[in-house]
Formats: sequence, structure tokens, C-alpha cells
Amino acid sequence: MIRLENVSKVYHTAQGPREIFRDVNLTVEKGEHVGILGRNGAGKSTLVRLISGAERPTSGRIVRDMSISWPIAFSGGFHQRLSGKDNLRFICRVYGVDFRPRLEFVERFSELGPYINEPVGVYSSGMRAKLAFAISMVVDFDCYLIDEVMAVGDERFREKCELELFQRRRDRAMIIISHSSRYLKQHCNRFVILEDGRLEEYEDADTARMAYKRLIKREAKMEVKRQHEAEKAKKKARLAMMEREAALPIST
Amino acid sequence: MPTSDQPTNGGPAGDRAERVLPLKGLKAQARIVWALLLREIITRFGRRNIGFLWLFVEPAMFVIVITAIWTATHDLHRSQIPIAAFTLTGYTSMLMWRNTPSRCIGALSSNQSLLYHRQVTMLDIYLARIILEFAGVTTSFMVLGLLMWMGGWLEPPENVLQVIGGWGLLAWFGMALALTLGPLSERYPAVQKLWSPIAILLFILSGTSFLLDTFPPTVRYWLLWLPMTSGLEYLREGFFGSQFKAHYDLEYMCTATMVLMLFGLTQVRRVALNETIIA
Repeated sequence: MIRLENVSKVYHTAQGPREIFRDVNLTVEKGEHVGILGRNGAGKSTLVRLISGAERPTSGRIVRDMSISWPIAFSGGFHQRLSGKDNLRFICRVYGVDFRPRLEFVERFSELGPYINEPVGVYSSGMRAKLAFAISMVVDFDCYLIDEVMAVGDERFREKCELELFQRRRDRAMIIISHSSRYLKQHCNRFVILEDGRLEEYEDADTARMAYKRLIKREAKMEVKRQHEAEKAKKKARLAMMEREAALPIST
Repeated sequence: MPTSDQPTNGGPAGDRAERVLPLKGLKAQARIVWALLLREIITRFGRRNIGFLWLFVEPAMFVIVITAIWTATHDLHRSQIPIAAFTLTGYTSMLMWRNTPSRCIGALSSNQSLLYHRQVTMLDIYLARIILEFAGVTTSFMVLGLLMWMGGWLEPPENVLQVIGGWGLLAWFGMALALTLGPLSERYPAVQKLWSPIAILLFILSGTSFLLDTFPPTVRYWLLWLPMTSGLEYLREGFFGSQFKAHYDLEYMCTATMVLMLFGLTQVRRVALNETIIA
């Protein structure tokens, strides 16, 4: 089980404190697949950082008695100057697992060939993503944290990833964070929307999708309104400037 | 409360459930610091050329150059103290408290993504960097000492245990300083800018290039406010104590270092909280 208890998170920005979450509660039990929908800027990444333990909440607490993965296919932890192999070696050391059998798996799965011995810095983004996914699969977790839709490599490789994660590890808990409701419907059995620093759970994928759509529509409307007002203000400023210029004495 | 009867399904070691046991937690932390240390070695020195040997060649070259200059100008000073032992102890111990903070300042931004691995904490990252720096400087100290002894420029220490003790105290101070300045630099960018000039000032004041005995008591009193001065004098007494009068206050040094260390640890905790948004 992973449980967020009254979790709040405040960042201190240049414009003063900014509250990202207020009293968020969520419990994920063994084997549940929880999908979390959120627009850009709703705080999805912060939630990932909190759940994975990269950051601590400002108040409240997060109880974990399942082991939880780092965000699947996350390549940010790679060191550019280390080879794919050395990056894997580091992960194996951190999690205290055997390196040899996992190297074999990663070599086979990532299809990097001899590049596994080259520094990650020279990889293409596709190669990096493949390596990141393969390395994500080498440690066994009770709960997998999946941030955003995995768009790794070509169609065939994507299918391979789906098989490895969603078929082979179906019995594990998963927390999938995305802005695509279709993707979540495919893989989840619980649906939560992240908005305004709160989590709200919906009965099924379709009600969640509808609510999410409404949110996006509302946001789009507000955006149009904002733009309209900005334009109006600009026009006004221009007019005022013209008036001022007209009032100035002509100097020659 | 977490239900402890639920098995963790053979998950990787280092889960919260395991960390509660102090011994196992310590073991897990040692494993992580070791992993970070090896990663740091490869990223800093690479696998090619002499690789990790750079670790002690870097400080060694620094000390050799300084020692050469002092030795060349030895006659001008007309002093009785063994010049090689004097510079060797002075400059290597200075590296102990100068390089460790330098390695920890700004360490968050380049290592933040490692924190996604739940067992890896900022403290582990700092410790790995500090230990690596200690290893490098200590190796230079020992290798240079041995080489100078074989070359006949250096007498072996008069009291080996005291040398080890002094070295340990300086290391402890270096660690406390690094654990303080590293986290502070994340909140106050000025720390990063100011550390090198301040380090130079401290280097001048900390007795690296003088013996406290050459100063009148009032000056000595003020200079001893710097904890590393005591450590260095103690170390030098262990090395060639019969040839000069050492002045130190170990009680003060230990208290100051302990306070600094505790303060540093609270700051490390604050970094983990990550309240200042960088993006």
C-alpha cells in the first residue's frame, strides 16, 4: 500500500510561496492501477517527485510499504559521460542486485548493440529512451510509477514495452500519470483527476474523461478571454500613446 | 501506520520497512554511498589513461610544486624546522577542508535526478563526494610522505598515532564544513561565488604556511579561533613535535566541529525538502 496523508507542497518562488497541493489524500493498494489525469502545469511532475521520494512534502506524510520504482523510462538519472553499461551498473549497485544477468537482458531488450559501451551522451533520443526503458525493467518492484505516455521507439518496440510492463507485470500496482485519458482507460482500473492542487477520483474512465474534457474546455475559454483582455489593454495603451504624442509640441 | 505483516514481495533492499532496522539501514546506505562513489570516480576521471590515479595525482602535484618552492627558498627562511614535513602537512591538510566543500557546493543540480531512486538521499551524494576527496588527499599524503622519506627529505613522524588523530580531526572538520556549505549554496547562490575567495583567506590564516609559535600570544589567540588551525598544529606536533612548540585547543576544535556538523545536517535535511523551485 502507498498512502498519501494530507500531503501539501509549497514552493517558494520569486513571486512568493506557491501552493501546489493542499491536503491531498490517496491510497494505492497492491495490484491497483491508478491513472492520474492532469493538464500541463497541474502538478503532475511534482506528484511524481513526491511519490517516488525525490522530494518531501511540506506537510502531511507518505506511507509506503510497497517498494516503488523510479519513473519508468526516466533517463534523467543517466550520466552523459557514462556508458549505457556503466549506468546500468550504477543502478544495480544502488538496488543491490546482480549485474551480469541484467546486462544480458538490457543488451537484448534495448537493441543498442555495441553502443551499450559508448557514453550515453552520444546516444540519439530514441536510443536513450530504449535504454531507459530496458533499465527500468531490471529491478523488481511492487509498484511502478509511470510518468506520461511512453512513446519509445517504433511501433514494434512500443509493443515490446507494453508486453513487458502491462502484461508481464500486470499483478503489480501501477500509478500512471498522463494527460491522455485514452491511454489511461486502456491500462487503469482507477481514475483520478489532478486539478487545482487536489485529487478527485471518478467512478470509471468515461466519467473521468468527461470531467477532464470539461476542464480543458473551461481552460480554453479562459484562455480566449485572457487573450481578448490582453489585446484590449494593448489597444488602449497604443491609443493613449498616440494621444500623448499628438499633445507634444512639434520640435524642429 | 504501515501494516508490517504485509510482505514486501521480495522488493529491492532499502525499503522503508528495512531502513527501520539500524544495522540493515546502515548497510544499505553504505552500499548506496559506494555506488555513488564508483560512479563519481568514472565520471570524473574516466576509464582511460591513468583513470582514478588522478584522484591523488592532482593534489600530489599541487603539494610537490609548493614544497619545491619552499625548499628552493629554504636558506632565506633560516628556520630549523624540517621544510618538507612542514609543507606536506600544511598543504595536504588544507586540501582536506578546501576541496570537500568545493565538491559539495552546487551538488544538487547535477545530481537531483538521482533522487528519483528513493534510497538515494542528498546526504549520500554529499558523503560520496566527501569520502572520494578524502581518499584522494589521504593517498597523496601517504604516497608523498613515503616518497620524500625514501628520498631523504623527510623524517618519519615522531608519533604516528597523533598524526592519524590529527588527520582524522581535520577530515571531520572538512566534512562538517562541506555538509554546511553544500546545502547552503543551494539556498544562497552567493556561497558558491564567495567560497573561493574565503578559502584563500582561510588558507592564509589557518597556519598552512606558518607555525603558530612564530606569533605573539594575542595573535595566536585569535588565529586559534579557526578550528583547522588547532588540527594542523596537532598534526605537525605528531610529525616533528620535538623541533617546535605546538599550540592547539582540541576541546574547542571538537566542540566547534560538532556544532558545525549538526548545523550542516539540519541544512542537508532542508535540501531534501526542496522548497526552492529551480525550474
